[in-house]
Parts: sequence; structure tokens; C-alpha cells
Amino acid sequence: MTAKLVIIGNGMAGAKLLEELTANDHAYDITVFGNEPYGNYNRIMLSPLLAGEKTINDIMIFDRPWYEQHGISLQAGEDKTVVKIDRLRKRVITKDGEITPYDRLVIATGSNPFMLPIEGADLDGVMSFRDIRDVENMISLSKRHKKAVVIGAGLLGLEAAMGLTDRGMDVTVVHNTNIPLNRQLDEEAGSLLQHALETRGLNFKMNASTLALKGQERVEKICFADGSELEADMVVMAIGIRPNIQLAQDCGLYCQNGIVVSDTLQTYDPSIYALGECIEHRGETFGLVAPLYDQAKVLANHLSEHGVAQFQTLPTATKLKVTGIHLFSVGNFLGTDTSESIIYRHSQQGVYKKIVIEDNQIIGAVLYGDTQEGPFYHELLDQQMDIRPIRPYLMFGQALCEAQSEIMTSTTQNNTEVAA
Amino acid sequence: MNVIAKSLGSSTHTKHTTCAYCGVGCGIEASINEKDRSIKVNGLAEHPANLGRLCSKGSALDQTISLNERLLEPKINNETVSWDAALDKVANGFKNIIEQHGPDAVAFYVSGQLLTEDYYVANKLMKGYIGSANIDTNSRLCMSSSVVGHKRAFGTDTVPGCYDDFEHAELITLVGSNTAWCHPVLFQRIKKYKENNPHVKVVVVDPRRTQTCDIADLHLPINLGTDVWLFNGLLNALNLQNKIHSDYVQQHCDGLDDALAQAQKSAGDMATLANNLGVNIDDLTQFYNWFCQTEKSVTLYSQGVNQSSSGSDKVNSILNCHLATGRIGKPGMGPFSMTGQPNAMGGREVGGLANTLAAHMDFTEDNVQRVQRFWQAPNMATQNGLMAVDMFNAIESGKIKAVWVMATNPVVSLPNADQVKRALEKCELVVISDCIDQTDTGDFAHVKLPATGWSEKDGTVTNSERRISRQRSLFPPACHAMHDWQIICEVAKRMGFHDAFNYQTQADIFREHAALSGFENSSAANHKLRDFDISAFAQLSNDEYEHLQPIQWPVNNDFPNGRDRFFANGEFFTENRKAKLLAIEPKLPKNLPSNDYPLRLNTGRIRDQWHTMTRTALAAQLNQHISQPYVEMHADDAKQHKLLEGELVRVHSKWGEMLAPVTINSQLKSGDIFVPMHWTAKLSRTGRVNPVVNPEVDPFSKQPESKHTPVQVSPYQAAWFGFVLSREEVTWPECDYVVSAKGSSHTRLELAHSKTLNNPIQTMLQWLGFENEQALQAQNLELLSFEDPALSTYRIALIDNNKQLHAVAMLAPDTQLPERTWLASQFAQPELNDRARMALLSGYAPAGEDIGRIVCACFSVGENTIAKAVKKGCCSPQLVGEKLKAGTNCGSCVPEIKAIIANG
Repeated sequence: MTAKLVIIGNGMAGAKLLEELTANDHAYDITVFGNEPYGNYNRIMLSPLLAGEKTINDIMIFDRPWYEQHGISLQAGEDKTVVKIDRLRKRVITKDGEITPYDRLVIATGSNPFMLPIEGADLDGVMSFRDIRDVENMISLSKRHKKAVVIGAGLLGLEAAMGLTDRGMDVTVVHNTNIPLNRQLDEEAGSLLQHALETRGLNFKMNASTLALKGQERVEKICFADGSELEADMVVMAIGIRPNIQLAQDCGLYCQNGIVVSDTLQTYDPSIYALGECIEHRGETFGLVAPLYDQAKVLANHLSEHGVAQFQTLPTATKLKVTGIHLFSVGNFLGTDTSESIIYRHSQQGVYKKIVIEDNQIIGAVLYGDTQEGPFYHELLDQQMDIRPIRPYLMFGQALCEAQSEIMTSTTQNNTEVAA
Repeated sequence: MNVIAKSLGSSTHTKHTTCAYCGVGCGIEASINEKDRSIKVNGLAEHPANLGRLCSKGSALDQTISLNERLLEPKINNETVSWDAALDKVANGFKNIIEQHGPDAVAFYVSGQLLTEDYYVANKLMKGYIGSANIDTNSRLCMSSSVVGHKRAFGTDTVPGCYDDFEHAELITLVGSNTAWCHPVLFQRIKKYKENNPHVKVVVVDPRRTQTCDIADLHLPINLGTDVWLFNGLLNALNLQNKIHSDYVQQHCDGLDDALAQAQKSAGDMATLANNLGVNIDDLTQFYNWFCQTEKSVTLYSQGVNQSSSGSDKVNSILNCHLATGRIGKPGMGPFSMTGQPNAMGGREVGGLANTLAAHMDFTEDNVQRVQRFWQAPNMATQNGLMAVDMFNAIESGKIKAVWVMATNPVVSLPNADQVKRALEKCELVVISDCIDQTDTGDFAHVKLPATGWSEKDGTVTNSERRISRQRSLFPPACHAMHDWQIICEVAKRMGFHDAFNYQTQADIFREHAALSGFENSSAANHKLRDFDISAFAQLSNDEYEHLQPIQWPVNNDFPNGRDRFFANGEFFTENRKAKLLAIEPKLPKNLPSNDYPLRLNTGRIRDQWHTMTRTALAAQLNQHISQPYVEMHADDAKQHKLLEGELVRVHSKWGEMLAPVTINSQLKSGDIFVPMHWTAKLSRTGRVNPVVNPEVDPFSKQPESKHTPVQVSPYQAAWFGFVLSREEVTWPECDYVVSAKGSSHTRLELAHSKTLNNPIQTMLQWLGFENEQALQAQNLELLSFEDPALSTYRIALIDNNKQLHAVAMLAPDTQLPERTWLASQFAQPELNDRARMALLSGYAPAGEDIGRIVCACFSVGENTIAKAVKKGCCSPQLVGEKLKAGTNCGSCVPEIKAIIANG
């Protein structure tokens, strides 16, 4: 009898796993549970969806027919939320009471947005920015209301803020440091970004600590520690995510911040695997798509019993999905006491690029305004390449580095020939 | 066809003229556009010197005629004055000094750049009217040893052969001449001839292995200054191999026995000789054998021979070999002195040297009286005047109190050049006439007189093969400029010599010059006393003068159509009509290397610059080949002094010092260094080489020993190197090393200094004239900057609001700066495109292909790259993703990829 594989979670990690499994011949009878009533969509594309640049159809990865074509049972919707894992009997139970047995189980429950535990956080008009429902909610509110506040100038927060601005709202971004996107940008790049977004109509309130949200039923204003207030018809909290480990914890799987997994994405229960934003691997949790994809590949490999791949955490590059804003950062872009920086500026064109080097290797980079070479630096960083031979050309990109390396190689060859 | 000017429509017409530069004397056809005062130049096919060819310098003459750098108004103490005021000041100044201190208290220092007519009146004024022979010329630095050699051997300063000989010879020996760079058109003729006649042998005798050696069958890198040993050895070998032409010698020469005895003595055995010369014995034997066996031999020599404390002797040692073998004056045979300047020969013909009188006459009593009769001159000079180096010594010592420098730049070109500065600083009255406003010498002038330049000047020049050609004016004199002959005559008139200098046209002067050459120029036996005789031109009409075709002198009753060769049948211009072979005792250079100054400095020209660059450096194109002065040295010497290519080195001698980058060239002999002679203080802070060069001169020709000075070198510890390219003029920053070069749309500065900069980016902005970044806003300039502080690398660029490149500046701790070529080319772009702008501070043209607009932001995959992959068969987003990774991360570009596939 075909082994039963159950996947809890139909987000991007789950979908990628399905893609990897179906691309190779797998020997499973697969059931997928998702608590959103869709096929699988590209969550990264929520921002363009909010901004009105894309439609729901545009962002679908696998629609329902895809599952049928591939013989996968999709159980999607609120009712199909898995509420319990019965490890003893190897089965999962949904909210509507359906029981599904498994031989192997994959937990891909993702994460929950973190909501500030402050007064008024439960008022109407206060929301996260996590799924299509949030987006629909925001779009509908934007049609009736004017003032929005987004708490958190991270990637999601800025994308939400720009989306709402594009939808005609007067939006203020509130942030607890002086640098927007401070996890991705240094001060100089941050200030270029802030300037660019301000030019597009966004307001910023930086170095702000939010004390409370006030209102009757709906949120009406937001209060700060410095005594100032802002009117708000809508407050979006985008201050981070927390791995969604409730199910795992409930069934006694070993968790810390996330579900702890091995290099093959196995939990402490050998029948159960986990991947995506719900896991913790070697002390790290995840929030960007690239490592999720890597995990999906490793896990598919393992489930197919090829069994050689191991997951390894690498520095991940980030980008902001706001049309016309180009930024890229990777690694330790702030540098260390002993690191060296190469910097390029063309301020009037809003270009700032910094490559951070230590021991002749790239340890980080932040690019603003011109991100074309980001992947190149990322690759050099991953490969721990000794950049000395190409250092003078590094800032000007891969093509020049390669052209110069060719010249150097051919010169060396010529010299060798002469010497011989 | 006898057409010198033809119309090409209303505003454009063509004229035939000659090149402004070297002694080859190429003919040029200039298409003139009077409307925008521009020309196009082409080699003149009908001119016998070049037969249509032109070198890089000649071809760029069109770029040197702009009025920007010109001296266009008379100035006294740098204040513009009227011509009357300036001429009165000069005339009165000279007159007063002559009245108080005698005629020998004044001097003219003139130039092989003057036309014959200019030269003639200058010489006449000084020698016949002022009454001194203190008129010398920069030709002193270039061929005066040849003049002495010719005169000692032939009785007159006669170049026996012609260019045609190079195309009839079977052995061409080039001695002390980088013909490829210094006389490129003649070199091209030789090269072509050799290609068509592979049996023809070319031997290059030069301590350096130069570009000329490209066509050499044999290169003899003799030690600096040892030429006489080589040619004495050759004379000895000719004797040993029985190649002395007894008949010719017996009939036409004196002095063979003494010359042979001396040659035998100095030659010694071949092994010792080869060792003394520093050449391989087999190579030496080969050369001697070739010369002995090849009747049709031409020996060209130039500054490597002439610029020596034994330059005259070197010349005679060469002439000896040709006289002894009778290889002279016949097709494909003869010694050939290659001159450096367009009209050095014309200067020799009028006698514009302090040790000649006029028209190939020296200061004998007969000659002085003869010329006096001809000129009806009131104050004839009766003896040699002071020659260049001595003249400037006399100026410094106060013996000469007024000097008029015409069309030359002695502060750059004379040896011990800082002495020249000191001399001019002390001089009571310094007058210059020049076409260029700012020159090193002009800085010392009390009076500056604006002379016409090439393209305006009109008269005659004589090239190295005695060929007189017309240099024609293509434009009327610019602004207030006057022809040199007019300026000289105006001064002469104001000094009281009105009638003798009241010429209406340059043709008047030419006719008088021609008449003087034939004046009393026959002996009782009815043969010519003097070789130079163009008396056939004494009655030339103005129209005939205008249409004068290139012709080799003499032009007289005997040779109405000119004469290509002399001396095939003897008939030398000595008393007994015989040539003289000289017994030449070889001598080493005056100053020999010592512990303190162990290296030997050699100087010379580079391909694309002329003399002190006042004109060639105006042509952007000519600044590209070599744009900085340099010190060339052998790898072993560089290593010993811990010098790497491009690093700065100080060169110092007992006389002075300079600073320039090292170029390692092991084609030089170890122990020799080479520095180009061209750079001035106007173009470089420290690149003048002549302050270093010893002021030793040949005892007979007084030609300086510019090819040999003992020097020491020491590395300059630069904290940084840098360069600036700017559309606008840039004031030189305060740093030890500065060289400027003009580009087509920009100026370039090369910089280096020993002290570290505190704020490099701001300093570079200040170089460009901006106090700080804010100051850029006033001019709507955008700043691009690049810094790698750990490597002390800083670069900036400024772009204006039309997206045009305004300036670039770059700094590095070493010489590893980007090439300037591509950057410089960006100034010509009407607008920088995005790729060029982004590549700008790399210094390299955008590398790789244009990937187009970025489609996949996650992996930076461009539209063009995707379209290419689609064409190669990636017909789905999945296949594109597999090949390029595009669309495989966030996936947001997949719709665009689909669109590209659909359009593909």
C-alpha cells in the first residue's frame, strides 16, 4: 500500500515541497491541509496585490485543478484547519473533525504575525499583513478611510505602507529606530530610502515607541511614549513574525522558538518533518523565501529516500518589493571593527553601494538604487571567494571582474609560455 | 602641373605648402576653409620629399592652428601695447645698449623654425648693421657639428646627396638616429624600399634599440659616445680589405695616410674594439664586411652623432669612410646629415649662425668685405660671435645686456637650462617674438612680439636634401600678428637702417638672398667658390616666387634646374679643390660617470611631439601616444634602485634635477637612461630634462653634448598618484609631480605627491574648483564617488545636467590607476548613457553585454539575456528559470518572462 504523506500548511514552503516532490517520482499518497480557502499563492506577492499591481490570479502558484492533476488531495479552508496531531496513532484531526492518518507528516504551518501587546491592539481596524484576507481587508478599508498608520519600517511594513499610499491613503510609518529597514540597510542607504519614500508621499515617524491604540470600537488614534499622537483609521502592525508552533507544542514535539529540526528537516519524532517559518534549525528561524525553497529541496530529497541532501543556512539577500525602489542587502553589511568597506555613491541618482570585506572575503553588501550586482556579491560571499585579484573591479560588477580575470589569466599564460 | 592653389567652391580652396616640423620637409596640400578658419591636410603627392606621405605630427597640423594659445598682441611687461610702442621699445632698447656698451652687448637667438627670408634679415641686421655676430640659433643644438664636419672635409657645408639615394642604396646605415620617430616619412620610404628589395641591408648604430631597429638587419648598440672608434675601425677595415678607392682619393682627396694611421691606431684588434664599443664582435665584423662589400652605401646620421663634445670629429670619421671609398655624390652612395628642423638648412644658407657670415661664407677678410659691398653695410661684424651656450653664459655674466629670442624656447631646450633662466632673469632687455603666448622663455620677456605661425607664414624653407620649397600662408596673419621678417625690418628701420630693410614683400628678400649667393662667386679659373648659389633666382618675379616649385640648390647658370648630388667627380670647395680626410683621435664624452653620478643620461625625441611642444601639444591626438615625460631605464638598473614601472624617479646631475615616471626598457643598455627632451614647465612641474644636461660643447661646433650626462637616480617616495580629466581648465594643485596634457574635449593632469591627503574626496573636488560637495549645486553638477579607504583608493566624477561628463579625478597609493583612454573618450560623448555612467569610476568601458532592463530582480537577469535564452530554445518560464535562474525566487517576474517568450 502506498505510504501516506500528510502536509499541514499550504503556504510557500508546502507548495515548494509539492513542486519538488511532483517533479521527481514520489511514492506517496499526499494530502495537504491549508486553512486559507485557495489553492497555493505566492505570499511574497501580497504587496503588489495590495498595491493593485497584481490580481489574485497573477499570484496563484498552484490552483485547485493542479492538485487534482497531480493526484494530491487538498483540504483547504477554515474548517480544514488541523487542530491536532495524534502522534501515537499517526493521524491528524481537522477542525471539522476529519481524521487523516499519515505514515509521514510534514509540518509547514509557517508563522504568525507578531502583534504588539498594547492597549487597543484588539480594536477594529488594527490588523496584520500576512495573507489574502488581510489584503482584502486593507483594500476595503482604504476605500472608506483616509488615515493609516503602519507600525514597523521593515520590508512588510514599508510594502504595506506604499500599497496603502498607492490606494490613496495618507500613511505614516512608525519605527522604533532612526533607520527604516534597519535589518537590511545601513544608515546612509536607509536615509536614501526614507527620502525616496517621502517623495512618494509616505510619512515617517522615526525613533518612536508606541504606547497604545485608542478608539471606541474602531481604532482612532495611536499614542507614543514621547506624548505625541497620530490620528489613525487603520493600524497595520508589521513588526515581525513568530513561528507557528502551537500544533507541534500541543503534541509534545521538541520546540524552542520554532520546531527544532535536524539538517534533514526531521523533528524529534522520526515520522514528522517540518520546514519553513515554523522551524528552528541550528538556532535560527526563517522569514525569507530563499531558505524555505532550499529546505523544500532537501526535504523532498529526503522523503524520496535519496537521502543525501542536508540543509545549510546561508546568508540571505533581501529586496523591497516597491516598484521603482531598488535595494539589496546581504550578510554583515554593517561591518566589524576589522572589516573594510568599498563605497560607491551617486546621491543625486539615489545610488549608494557598499561592499564589506574582511580577510579578503565579502562578508556583506548593501546596495541602494542599483542592485544589479547583488547576486554576484552574494555568490562571492557564499563561496567565501578571495576577492583580492578582482577588488579594484568588484564595485563595477561581474562582467568587468570576469573580463579582467580573463586578461590576468591570459597574461599569466603568456608569461608562462615566455618562461617556458 | 604647376598648380599651387585651386578653388573648391566659394569658401574652400587648396594650397600647397610644407610641414612645420622636421628636416624631411614634406609637402602638404591644405584644404582651407576660410569661414571657420580650419584646414584639412594631406601629403602632397608631387613633393619629392614625401611623395604624398605624412607622419602623425604633420597630419595633425590642422589641430594646431587654433588661436586660443596664440600671442596675438604686442606686450610690454605682459601689458598689451601698440605695435609702435613695442617696436620703439625694442629698437630704442637695443640702440641704447649698443651706444653704451658696443654692438657685442646685444644678441639674437633665433631658430630653425624661421623661414629663410626671416632668417636673412635677422642675420643682415645683426652682422651688417648692428655690427656683431651675436646671432645664433637653436640649430646650434641640432646640426652644427655636421656643418663643421662638412666644412672641414668639403670646404663648404654641403650635403652631398639626396633622399633618392636611400632608394638606390644596398646598404643603409643609420647612425644615432631614431629615424622611425624623428623622421618618420623618410623612414617609411626606406622601409618600403627595403620591402621591395629584400637584399638591401639596414644597419642601425644606436646605444638604444629603438623602433628604427624594426627594419634593421643588424643593430650595433655601441656605447654612448664611441662612434669615432666605430668609424675609425671601419676605415681601417676598408684599408685591410683593400676597399680604398685609390683613384678617387688620389685625384680628389688629401689626408688619407694620416687618417688611416690614426684609424689603425685607435681601432686596434677587433676583440678590443668590439669590447670598447660594447658590441658583439661578430656583429661588428658583419657590419664592416657589409660596408666593405657594398659599394652602394648610404650613411645617415643625426643627433646621436652631432650632439656630442666630439660631434664634429664623429661626423668627419663618417665622411672619411665615404671619401676613402669614393662613395659620394653617386646614386645610392654618400654620407647624409639628417637635420632636425624644417629650415635648419635655410638658416645655414643665410649664415644665421654666430660662426658663419652669410651665404655659406665665413668671417675671412675677403668675405667680410664682399658682403659689406653687397649689403652696403655700415657696421660689418668681422669675427665669430657667441654661440648658444656661450651666448647665455655671456648674458648671465652681463656681457650681453639685450637678447631677442625668435621662435624658440631656450629655457627648455638648452643644456643646463636653469642657467638660461638665471641669465634671462638678469638680462636688461629680453625680447621674444613667438606665435605662442605662454612659453617658458616668454615668462622672462620684457617685450613679447606676436609673430605669425605656420599657416600664416609665407616664404621658403630648405630641407635636409638641399631642397628649397615654398611654405605658403593659408590664412592672413591672425589679429595683430606680423611676419618675423616684417617685425625685424620694422625694428631695423627704427634703429636707423630704413633703406636697407625697406622690403615690400618676402620675395624682395628672397631675391636679395639669391643675389648674394651668386655675388662674386666665381674664381679666376671660373669655378664656383661657394657651393650655395641660387643666383638664378635673383631676378625671380613675384609671381614666379609665388609659384616656385621644390628645387635642390644650387640653382645657377650651371644648374638651372637644380642639382641632386655633389662631389662624384671631386670639385670640392677647398683651395685645392680636394676633400680633406681628417686624422681623428677618438675621445670619450667630457664628463664621465663617477661614483656619485654612475648613470649616463641620453636625451631625444618621441614620435608625436615636436621640440618644446608649444604647438604639437595643442593637438589632442598627438598627446595620446606618450602623454607624460619619462625616464627609460634597463630592468637591472630599475631593480638596483628599487623602482617599478610607472613609479617616480628623480634624476639629478651636477647641474640640476628632474622628476618623472620610470619606464623599464631593457632595450637600453644597463647604465644608460633615456629621457625625452620635450617637456616644458608649462606642461610639467618637474619634467624639463635640460636642467640636468651638462653644458659641455664640441670645441669646434659648440654643439652641446645633450646625449651624455653623468647622473644619479633616486626613487621618489610618493604617498599617492592621481590624475584629473576635466572639461574646464584646472589650476595645478600643490603637489610635487604635475604634468598636463590637452585632450580633444578635456585637459588631463597627472599628479603625485609625497604627503598623504586628509580628505581625499574633498581635495579632489577642490582640485576641480569646488570647495565642497554643496558648491556643485550652483553648476548643477552631480557627484559620483568611489572609495576603498583600506586601499587608499578614491575616485570621483562630475556630470552636468545634460548628462555630459564634466570631470574625473582618481587617486591611488601606487601607480595602479585606471587607464585614461576610455575615460578621456567619454568627454566627447554628447550624453553619457547609463552603462557608461555606471562604469565611469571603474575607468573601463562597460564590460560584457548590455543585459537590458532588469526583469528578474532577485537574480538580476535582464531582458536581453532572457530574450537570448528564449531564442536559443527556452520556450517556457521553467526552462528560462533552469537556464538563468530568472523567476525562480520570488517569481514576480514570471508574467514578464512569459511576455518575452510570447514576443520571442
